[in-house]
Amino acid sequence: MQALYAQLLVGLINGSFYALLSLGLAVIFGMLNIINFAHGAVYMMGAFCAYFLLNVMGIGYWPALIIAPIAVGIFGMILERTMLQWLSGLDHLYGLLLTFGIALIIQGVFQNYFGSSGLPYAIPDELKGGINLGFMFLPIYRGWVVVFSLVVCLATWYLIEKTRLGANLRAATENPTLVRAFGINVPRMITLTYGLGVGLAALAGVLSAPINQVRPLMGADLIIVVFAVVVIGGMGSIMGSIITGFALGVIEGLTKYFYPEASNTVVFVLMVLVLLVKPTGLTGRATT
Amino acid sequence: MTVMTDDTLPATRRSIRDEMIVFVVMAALLASVPLTGIYPFFVMQALCFALLACAFNLLIGYGGLLSFGHAMFLGSAGYFTAHALKEWGLTPELGILIGTAGAAGLGVITGVVAIRRQGIYFSMITLALSQLLYFIYLQAPFTHGEDGIQGIPQGYLFGIFNLAQPTVLYYVILAGFLGGFLVVFRAVNSPFGEVLKAIRENEQRAISLGYKTDHYKLLAFILSGTLAGFAGSLKVFVAQNASLTDVHWTMSGEIVLITLVGGLGTMFGPVVGAFVIIAMQQYLAGFGQWVTVIQGVIFVVCVLTFRRGIVGEIAHYLRRSL
Repeated sequence: MQALYAQLLVGLINGSFYALLSLGLAVIFGMLNIINFAHGAVYMMGAFCAYFLLNVMGIGYWPALIIAPIAVGIFGMILERTMLQWLSGLDHLYGLLLTFGIALIIQGVFQNYFGSSGLPYAIPDELKGGINLGFMFLPIYRGWVVVFSLVVCLATWYLIEKTRLGANLRAATENPTLVRAFGINVPRMITLTYGLGVGLAALAGVLSAPINQVRPLMGADLIIVVFAVVVIGGMGSIMGSIITGFALGVIEGLTKYFYPEASNTVVFVLMVLVLLVKPTGLTGRATT
Repeated sequence: MTVMTDDTLPATRRSIRDEMIVFVVMAALLASVPLTGIYPFFVMQALCFALLACAFNLLIGYGGLLSFGHAMFLGSAGYFTAHALKEWGLTPELGILIGTAGAAGLGVITGVVAIRRQGIYFSMITLALSQLLYFIYLQAPFTHGEDGIQGIPQGYLFGIFNLAQPTVLYYVILAGFLGGFLVVFRAVNSPFGEVLKAIRENEQRAISLGYKTDHYKLLAFILSGTLAGFAGSLKVFVAQNASLTDVHWTMSGEIVLITLVGGLGTMFGPVVGAFVIIAMQQYLAGFGQWVTVIQGVIFVVCVLTFRRGIVGEIAHYLRRSL
C-alpha cells in the first residue's frame, strides 16, 4: 500500500504540472487563438532561471518562486510583441508553427550550453524532510508542490472568472473589436495574457526543479502530454483544465502502480478513448 | 477561410500542362544525377524525404489538415520493412509491400481518431498519437529499443536488381519517388482533390453541399499515411537501419519544416524543400545542436515573412500554379 500512496503522490505532482501548463495554454488560446508550442520551453526556462538565480547570484528558492515567473513572463511578452502579434488574422496553424520554431531555438540554445544531462537543484531547507502520516511517508516538498499549485490554479480561476479584469479578458476573447470600442486597450491585454500564461509555465518549472532535475529537454516531452490533456479536457473552461490536469496525473500515478508498462502511454490512450466517445472533449465546446 | 494560399487557381488545363512540363524536367534532371558525380546517397535520402513531404503536403496544402505526427508513418513502415527483410528474410518487394500496407492500416486506425477534431486540435491529436506509438516502439522487443534494427540486407528487387549497387538502388528509389509523386499529382487534380480544397476553404459549405467531408478527410489521411509509409520503406534500403529517430516528434517537425520552406500547397515545394533542408543538415552536421537552433530560426523566418515558401514565391511571381 505504501507504494500505491507514493505513486498517487507522484501522480498528483505531475497533475499539478499538467494543470498549471494546460491552464496557461487555455488562457493563451482564448486571447491569442494560438496554441503555444513553446510552453514546454518556457517551463524549462523557469527551472533554469531558478538554477541561475541560486548558482550565479546566490538568490534562493523563495525569491526565485516570484522572480523566475516574472522574468520569463517578460521574455514571453517580448516574444508576443515582436513576433506573435503579427500573426493575428492568419490561420491558427501559423501560430503553432511559429511557437514550435521558437521552442526549437530555446531548447537548442540551452542544449548547446548544458548538454542533455540534468543539473541538481536542492530542496530549500524549510521544506526538507517529511512527515509520517501513518499510512505513508510524505516528503514535505512534494506536499508543498501539490498544495501551492492548487492555490495558484484556483487564484488564476478566480482572477479570470470573478474579477473585473477577468471579465474584460473574457469579453475581449468573445469580441475584441467591441471591447476596444469601450476604450480598453486590447493589444496590451493580449500581451499581458501571454505573459501570464508563460509565467504560469515558468512557475511550474521552478516548482519541478528540485524534483525533476533541471534539463534543457525537460519540457519537450511534457508539452506533448499536456496537449493530450488539453484535447481530453477541452479549452473552453478554466476549471475544466484544472480538474482534468489533476485527474490525469492521478490516473497516470495509478497506472504506474498497477501496470507500469503503460504509464508513459495511458494519457494518450485515454485521449483516444475520449475522442471516440465524446469528440468535443470532456468540458469543451465544439470550437475549431 | 484559410489563408493558406492566397492564389488558389482552379486546376485549369494550362496549369496542369505547366506542372507536367516541370515534372518531366525534374525527372530528367534527377535521372541524370548518377552521371554528374553528385554523391548519390545524399540525393536518395532527399528523395525519400521529398516523397514524405509530398504525402504530408497532400493533407495540409490541399486538405488544410496540419499533421504533427507524420513521423509515425515513416518510422512504422521503416520498422515493418526492416523486420520483414532481416528477421523473416523476405524479398525487397515484399518488404516494401508489408511496410506500406502497415502504414496504410495505421492510417485507418489513427485517421478515424484524428479527423474527429479540426484545426489546431487535429495537430495536437496527431502529435499525441505519434508520441503514443513512439513509447510503444520504445518498449516493443522487435524494434530493439534504442539500438534500432541495423544491418538490414538490401537483396535483389524482383530477383533481378541488385540493391547493394548504389546506381541500381538510386534508380529504384527514383522510380519509387516519381511513382509516389504522380499519385499525389493525380489525387490533387482529381474531383477528389477539388472536394478536399473545398473542405480546406470552407468545410461548413462543403457539408451543406452534400459532401460527407469526414469520408474525404479520412481518405486523404489514409492516402497520405500510406505514401509516407512507402517513403519510409524506401528509406530503409538507403539508410540500412530503422530507428526511434524516425518516429520521434522532431522528425514530424522536420517534415513540416521541409514543406513550409518549399511551399505549402504547391506541387513541387516539398521536393525543393527536401533538398534544401537535407543539404543544410549535411553541411551543418558538425555544428551539433546549433542545427536545431537554425531549424527553429528557419521556422520563425518562414512563418513571419515567407509564408508562400520557395516554390510558392516563384509561382506567385510567374502567376502560375506549380
